[in-house]
Amino acid sequence: MKPAPFEYVAPRSLDEALDALSHADEGTKVLAGGQSLIPLLNMRLASPKRLVDLGRVKQLTYIAERDGGYTIGAMTRQSALERDDRVSRDVPLLAEAIRWVGHPQIRNRGTIGGSIAHGDPAAELPAVAVCLDARLTIKGPRGTRTLPARDLYLGYLATTLAPDEILTDVWFPKATPGTGYAWLEFARRHGDYAIAGVGVAITLDADSRASTARDPGRIAEARIVVTGVDGVPVRASAAESLLAGAPVTDRHQVQPAALSASVDALRSAIDPATDVQATAEYRRHLAGVLLERALPVACQRAHLTPSPSGRGLG
Amino acid sequence: MRAVSRVAISLTVNGQPHRRSVEPRLLLTDFLRHELGLTGTHVGCEHGVCGACTVLLDDEPVRACLMLAVQANECAITTVEGLAPSSDQLHPLQEAFWEAHGLQCGFCTPGILISMVALLRENPRPTDEEIRTGLAGNLCRCTGYQNIVKAVRLAADRLADAPGLPLSRARERMSAKPIFAPRSGAGGEG
Repeated sequence: MKPAPFEYVAPRSLDEALDALSHADEGTKVLAGGQSLIPLLNMRLASPKRLVDLGRVKQLTYIAERDGGYTIGAMTRQSALERDDRVSRDVPLLAEAIRWVGHPQIRNRGTIGGSIAHGDPAAELPAVAVCLDARLTIKGPRGTRTLPARDLYLGYLATTLAPDEILTDVWFPKATPGTGYAWLEFARRHGDYAIAGVGVAITLDADSRASTARDPGRIAEARIVVTGVDGVPVRASAAESLLAGAPVTDRHQVQPAALSASVDALRSAIDPATDVQATAEYRRHLAGVLLERALPVACQRAHLTPSPSGRGLG
Repeated sequence: MRAVSRVAISLTVNGQPHRRSVEPRLLLTDFLRHELGLTGTHVGCEHGVCGACTVLLDDEPVRACLMLAVQANECAITTVEGLAPSSDQLHPLQEAFWEAHGLQCGFCTPGILISMVALLRENPRPTDEEIRTGLAGNLCRCTGYQNIVKAVRLAADRLADAPGLPLSRARERMSAKPIFAPRSGAGGEG
């Protein structure tokens, strides 16, 4: 198996890379870690005329604390994020989801920017970015633009990135006290793209965190993202609104009625496709099961987050 | 067919520097096997699933089938041929695979050895579960993994009993010849 011939450019700086991309058309592809693009080249599902390799653009590899979150350079390897204590502590959904990306050998090469820009609807990182309202910085000959992650995705592997633009960094907000996260997905073989996956963020209202056994409090906000059920990562907004304001039980759990209502809402909101891996009905069922399992985990974690009053296990 | 200019690369493989001029589309697997004759790196699925082509790139395990040779320019690669300290001595991990019957047909073995060298470097005393998690990116269709796990545990025990044995980093290995564990000094299975 061999990729079709292409020209290869290996710029050493972002300016050189942008120069290499000026006047680029659809025949030019940006190569980041290559863990999605190279399989497509090997199988000749893609045959670009020209590759611009960002592997030597060192200035795109960093994790910097900024604006109440972290700005992560697009070429930061997934394994570097996995090992970063700040990411584990402050962006726990990203830290949890990244361990589901392929295998360690894949994460040693795969980059955060490459995964988000490639935009596979079954992939973890685009979904995490959509769930957390990550902010993307995109540079090109017309200047710099920033946009929320959800505005990047148009359809299956289709984004608003122009052929002459580069996704240069991704900003994730820090987790706030009172918010719990969970990532869950199912694949027939570990490390494969999941048939479906779910990312959840549950924020308890301030009172809930100082709750008593008599009044355990309420869910202030729920964020739910689902992978593998559409051409893009899907926010389950109907399920999210059903959960907002829902009371939690004295065991710090979503009330069973609210839980099953949100699962039903998710199942009726999605319209998955049938493919070789699973039927549409199976995917719809699976997405609901994953949500049903992920919500209690996120809710419990929300209760256990560190708080100024010293409650919780941290 | 379009004429595409070749690209000059220089890299280190198993401590040996190499310079070549290659087509950009040449995969690192094919570079190692066809250009350098290092056929220990096996080619299985060629899309990153099976792990047979795993090599160390600057000390980190990666899929050689998911890299172009030009991407490895100025890097240090270790293949399975680079594990043994000499032609008549095996690496302790290879020794353990031999003794514990950690292979049958052997097709997946080079990739598994490379992945496990990296695992033991990061986690010298892995539990069986950690070994199995570490093996998840390498498919074996013969063994059912039982003896692979035994072999890794055997190597881990021996290396833990005799620190300083060669799980050393590729870059260090270029200058310093690693010390090999004599079999008589090795610890028992346990």
